[in-house]
Amino acid sequence: MQAILFWLFTGLMLLFGAGVVLFRNPVSSAMSLVGAFISLAGLFFLLEAFFIGIIQILVYAGAVMVLFLFIIMLLDLKAEAQRRLHVPAFLGGGAILAGFVWLLFDVVRSQPNFQFAPAPLSPDAGSDVERVGFLLFSQYNLAFQVIGLLLLVATLGVVILSKKELK
Amino acid sequence: MVTLAHYLIASGLLFAIGLAGVLLRRNILVIFMCLELMLNAANLSLVAFSRFNLTQGLPDFNGQVFVFFIITVAAAEVAVGLAIIVALYRAKQTTHVEDLDALRG
Repeated sequence: MQAILFWLFTGLMLLFGAGVVLFRNPVSSAMSLVGAFISLAGLFFLLEAFFIGIIQILVYAGAVMVLFLFIIMLLDLKAEAQRRLHVPAFLGGGAILAGFVWLLFDVVRSQPNFQFAPAPLSPDAGSDVERVGFLLFSQYNLAFQVIGLLLLVATLGVVILSKKELK
Repeated sequence: MVTLAHYLIASGLLFAIGLAGVLLRRNILVIFMCLELMLNAANLSLVAFSRFNLTQGLPDFNGQVFVFFIITVAAAEVAVGLAIIVALYRAKQTTHVEDLDALRG
């Protein structure tokens, strides 16, 4: 069951990711990205990281992508024109991509520690929300407060950047 | 049997797709979206490592806290980046990367 779900979510995620790169209409790219985020959240749930999976859907698919779509609609972007295929550049890029993927497989397959199935979690593991929450507020409390400050600064920055010049 | 290697390869492939998008596309908003793909690939790697490195039957939750911070920072970055893009559009009336050449020598 795990394997079926893994291949399903991974296949969907990579397909939607390719859709982001290949669609010429930016709205289609944005919708593909939403699909990629939701498939990725499915993978997070498979890895039993339920808190992170929900946060991924809430923040990324729910807030960030809505913002992207607002801006695309606001700027009223048109679809990109079809470009003529430049064969040498296409082959060069394909060679680099193939090299990267070969290297990726080589490095990951060469590690014997990576070839095991996940060990089962202990039965009294409790909720991961609780454990992540404890960590956030005890060990990473300073980072948590700084992130709050970062969000405040980002909000201020957005307001200032959006101001028109006052004559 | 799904191993850590499977998750890492999935993360690497997603990163490669995002990188290809950043290099190939010429609309600045789509470039930004592919950047988010790369960040999410790193998140997948982190959560996979967190799940597969068990201590006393529990995952290593430091990885998940790290992902929480990455998601937050990415959200703030998207907000500010889109504000910059809107300001740029107001000034130049274009979102085509090749038209933004003010810093070109």
